[in-house]
Amino acid sequence: MEIHDSMRENTPRLLVQGVTKTYREGKHTLEVLASIDLSVADGEFVTIIGPSGCGKSTLFNIIAGIEEPDAGTITIDGETNKQRAGKFGYMPQQPLLLPWRTIEENVMLGLDVRHVPREKARQDARELLKSFGLIEFARNYPATLSGGMRQRVALLRTVLFNRSFLLLDEPLGALDALTRLSMQMWLLDLWQTFRSSVLFITHDVREAILLSDCIYVFSSRPARVLRVVEVDLPRPRRQEHLALERAVQLEQELVTLLMMESL
Amino acid sequence: MTLRKLANYGPAFLLTAVLLLLWELYVRSGQISQNVLPPPTAIVQALIDNWDVIHGHTVQTLLETVIGLAVAIGLGLLMAALLDVSSWMRRAIYPLLVTSQTIPIIALAPLLILWFGIDLAPKVIVITLYCFFPIAVACADGLLGSDPDLLKLMRSMRASRWQIFWLVRLPGAMPLFFSGLRIAVTYSVTGAIFGEYVAAYQGLGVYMQTSFHSFAVVLVFAAIVVTAVLSLALFGLVSIVERIALPWYAGAKMRV
Repeated sequence: MEIHDSMRENTPRLLVQGVTKTYREGKHTLEVLASIDLSVADGEFVTIIGPSGCGKSTLFNIIAGIEEPDAGTITIDGETNKQRAGKFGYMPQQPLLLPWRTIEENVMLGLDVRHVPREKARQDARELLKSFGLIEFARNYPATLSGGMRQRVALLRTVLFNRSFLLLDEPLGALDALTRLSMQMWLLDLWQTFRSSVLFITHDVREAILLSDCIYVFSSRPARVLRVVEVDLPRPRRQEHLALERAVQLEQELVTLLMMESL
Repeated sequence: MTLRKLANYGPAFLLTAVLLLLWELYVRSGQISQNVLPPPTAIVQALIDNWDVIHGHTVQTLLETVIGLAVAIGLGLLMAALLDVSSWMRRAIYPLLVTSQTIPIIALAPLLILWFGIDLAPKVIVITLYCFFPIAVACADGLLGSDPDLLKLMRSMRASRWQIFWLVRLPGAMPLFFSGLRIAVTYSVTGAIFGEYVAAYQGLGVYMQTSFHSFAVVLVFAAIVVTAVLSLALFGLVSIVERIALPWYAGAKMRV
C-alpha cells in the first residue's frame, strides 16, 4: 500500500501543464483554453466541472489526441508523447453506437480497431456484458434499447478498449434523473472493479461530489482552473453520502463558485 | 404479418383497378377506335397470344438491363470512392458527373451504334449512363454524411483512415446506396429499351418499334406492360436484397 501511495505521489497517470488553445478562422479568433494545469493519479476519479461551453470538451479532444494544443504539454505515464490517441478509453456525450452492429459487436469495436482476432474480441465483449448485466441484449441492435441502456453499452465499449484510463465527457447528461442515479452507481461499480483512472466532465455539482476524489472547477471561456477541491467523503460512495454535512458544505461552495462564474 | 403487408398494397391495387376499369369502359363505349387505344383486356389477350415471341425479346432486354446495371453499380461505386478521396478530387470530378447527365441520350445513342456496332455494347453504355449517376451521388453523400463525433471517437481509438472507412463510413452509407440503386433500377429497363429502339436485332424496344410500324398498337401496349412488370420486379428485388443486407435498417425504419 505504501509503495502504491508513493507511486501516486510521484508519477501521475496524466499530467496536463500549461495547455492553451485558440481557434482561428479568418479574422475571428476564439480563445477556448487560457492555460490549464491538471493531474490525475493512478486509480483516481477526477472531475472537471464548469459552465456550458467553457471548453471542457476541447480539453478532452486535446488529451485524447484528436486535436493538438497551441502550447503546453500532456504527459501520460511519465511520457510526453505526441501520439496520445489509443491511450485512453474516450467516451463522448452521445453513446454513438453503430446502428448496424449488434450490442456485442458495438462493445468490441475498439478491439476490431486493434486487430484483436474476432472470436477473442467477441468472447471478451460477452464476458463484460455478462458481468454488467447486459448479456441478454448481446444480439440486439441498438435501436431496440432505451437511452440508459445505450449509454451503458457505450461505457462498456469504452472500458473494453482501454480500462486503465477513461475519459468520460458528460456521459450521463442526456438521461432522466432516476436513470442517471442508477447509472452513477453502476459507473462507480465499474470504476472499482477495474481500478481505472478516470477524468470525468459534468456540469452537475451533486454528480461531481458523488463520484469524485477531486474536482477541478473551470471558469467560463476562456477556461482556467478556478479551484481544485478534494472530496473527502468515505468510499465506497453511496447516494446517502450526499446528505452528509461535509457534502452539503461542498455543494454550497461549488454552486456559489459556479453561479458567480455564469453571471 | 404477410396479410398485413399485403393490405399495405390495397390502396394501390384499388386505384389501379379503378383506372383500368375506366379505361376499359371508355374504349368500349366507342369514343375511340380500339386500333388506336386498345382496352386492357385486349392487351392482356394479345400478351398471352404472342407470349412465345415476346418472351424471347424480354430475355434479351433483361440480359442487357442486368449487365448494364452491374456496370453502373461498379462505375457508381468507383465514382463515389473517387469523390471521397479528397475535396480537390470532389471539386474536379463532380461537375463532370453532372455534365454527363446533361447529354441528351437521344443524340448520343445513334453515335454509340456508329462507334460500337449494333450488339450489346451500346445498350449497356446507355443503361450505364442512365443508372450510374444516382448511385454515385447517393453513395458519395452517404460517405460524407457520417457523424463527425463518431469519426472523432474512431480517431481517439487511433483507427486508421482505412479502418474508419471500413468500420464506420461505408456501412453508414449503405442505406443511401440502396436508395440510389432503387432509382437506378427504375431507370434501367427504360434505358435498355431506348438503346434497342435506336438499333438492335432483338429486345422489347425492337418489338415495340416493329409492332408500331405494322400498326399493331395492342402489341406496343403488351410490350409496355412487360417493361413495367420488369421494372417493378427489379425494384422489388432491390428492396428484398436491402432487407437481407441491412436487417438493422429495416427495423429502425419501422420504429420511426
